[in-house]
Amino acid sequence: MDPILEVIDLRTRFHIPEGTVYAVNGVSFQVTDGETLAVVGESGCGKSVSMLSILGLIPIPPGEIVSGQALYFGQDLLKKSEAEMEHIRGKEIAMIFQDPMTSLNPVLSIGRQISEALTTHLGISQEEANSQTVELLERVGIPGPRERLGDYPHQFSGGMRQRVMIAMALTCNPNLLIADEPTTALDVTIQAQIVELMIHLRDQFGMSLIWITHDLGVVAGLADRVIVMYAGFIVEEAGVEELYKNPRHPYTQALMAALPRVDRRKNQRLKSIPGAPPSLLVEPYGCPFAQRCDYVIERCRKENPPLIAIGVGHKAACWVEVTTGKVL
Amino acid sequence: MTQAAPLVKVSDLKKYFPVKRGIVFEKKIGDVRAVDGISFDILRGETLGLVGESGCGKTTAGRTILGLYPLTSGNVVIDQHQINNAKGDELLQIRRKAQMIFQDPYASLNPRWTVNAIVSEPLQIHGLVHNEKERAERVQELLTLVGLSGRLINRFPHEFSGGQRQRIGVARALASNPLFIVCDEPISALDVSIQAQVVNLLEDLQDQFGLTYLFIAHDLSMVRHICDRVAVMYLGKMVELADHDELYDHPLHPYTIALLSAVPIPDPQKDRQRQRIILSGDVPSPMNPPPGCRFHPRCPIAKEHCSQVEPKWREITPGHWIACHEAKDV
Repeated sequence: MDPILEVIDLRTRFHIPEGTVYAVNGVSFQVTDGETLAVVGESGCGKSVSMLSILGLIPIPPGEIVSGQALYFGQDLLKKSEAEMEHIRGKEIAMIFQDPMTSLNPVLSIGRQISEALTTHLGISQEEANSQTVELLERVGIPGPRERLGDYPHQFSGGMRQRVMIAMALTCNPNLLIADEPTTALDVTIQAQIVELMIHLRDQFGMSLIWITHDLGVVAGLADRVIVMYAGFIVEEAGVEELYKNPRHPYTQALMAALPRVDRRKNQRLKSIPGAPPSLLVEPYGCPFAQRCDYVIERCRKENPPLIAIGVGHKAACWVEVTTGKVL
Repeated sequence: MTQAAPLVKVSDLKKYFPVKRGIVFEKKIGDVRAVDGISFDILRGETLGLVGESGCGKTTAGRTILGLYPLTSGNVVIDQHQINNAKGDELLQIRRKAQMIFQDPYASLNPRWTVNAIVSEPLQIHGLVHNEKERAERVQELLTLVGLSGRLINRFPHEFSGGQRQRIGVARALASNPLFIVCDEPISALDVSIQAQVVNLLEDLQDQFGLTYLFIAHDLSMVRHICDRVAVMYLGKMVELADHDELYDHPLHPYTIALLSAVPIPDPQKDRQRQRIILSGDVPSPMNPPPGCRFHPRCPIAKEHCSQVEPKWREITPGHWIACHEAKDV
């Protein structure tokens, strides 16, 4: 299948008084039509910055997109002007953010905020936009949508606000929806509601979905393919079942071992990953995970391994074959 | 489970926050019933988990138990000290024995104090060191205990990562040689790989010093891992309390069942096959909670009487407590 979005060798840096932050260091991936791609990693791994770079939402300066291409149906988004991007953002590619409170305008009613997207992108009348807004709110499961049009964000609970955000993202029927930790600020029962809703809407609207998260649990039941990021690099990429059954990068393995499971009795200590991720203020040299890795060899400290294909649709950036100890 | 004596006894604890209206002539218009009658014991050396969603009153419960909020009614006894009317020396005694680790390692450390000052403060307040040399030695010892280098004592909190800051918070809590520590979501602000480090540290310290923990969290997977017994709260009330494996393998309260089924499992096949119970709606306001069982408007098995009669807190099988009319022992 053809990719609808193909990102090639994206590098994003930030120039701050303390030096240069190497936030994204050569990230390449694809999203095909109707696919759900999960991007997993800890804070500061570059998962959000990658997506913001693609959408032209990085403030320049201090940010700088050093290299890369983001081909959306063959057109490079990184070369587009701000005016052109305004037509793509929201209409073709929509994004929802982690914290629904700070991403909604507190002094505008939600009806106005949603219908704004409709009148801007589709050029329809306010009246028509209102009726479409009601329909959208209904689809995302907000009870009594007509009565709630005039309500302000603070009158909604966290889960309901996230539903409003989703409704807003869906206004123009986007081809691709990027969800940046959409359930992180929510309780588990509300998280389950939102995940269920997103799966339902994804299938109904037939859109592709990029789901950014730090939670390996949430994406297991949701994604088709998973990318694991660490310190601005993609370290592993695989189909969802393959990744959980057969994680190959030492970081992915360690992350899974560090995670207690609700469905399992405690049988041992959690395996913690010693140390902390490397400072992004230092130009990357060698494998970014080398200092914390159990399988580290001399070569890791000098040369950063590329993503190497190790199975069908399965790639890992590691010099060592972890299961056998063989050096690739 | 060993038949240890309870270190902490909580009986019918209530904490209401008044809601007022008006500026000059304040008028009380109601109460937020954050904690509305909870009872449990915490045994010496055990970890009791307190779980529930935001707004269920778990943090308020933890703070009220330590006397950080004056309680509205009920009784809390920590190592034979009544917390209710404790003043002066007795309050100081309780403070020495019962400590707290806070959720946000960014907000719970004074940014203008060095690590040295932060960790020394409890030592000085409780008169646990007698001269400068003893103090310096003790601070070094505490930092080593929590896995921080003693060379870092003159640094400020902003120079540390989140996980390291939480270690400083742990060192401060340990400084007064406490018996009991309330851990209020100590890992929820941390990344997964760092969470495991802090949890392992808490477990090691418990083994070493025989500490008793009240572990407040919303991450049910981590609670299963770290706790011996687990209590589930909903809207200010306890709904279920049992040994950790019993609770996770045989939950009986419909809220616990729904809560557990909502926790994602990092295994695609298992996660997709699982029967998930999605609760509709949100948690009601604690200002006017629903009558009868507080969970009845969202409960999948609610009957007529659930909306009228409040269920009793009863022991359904030995050690397994529940507040539900309809739940049956299976």
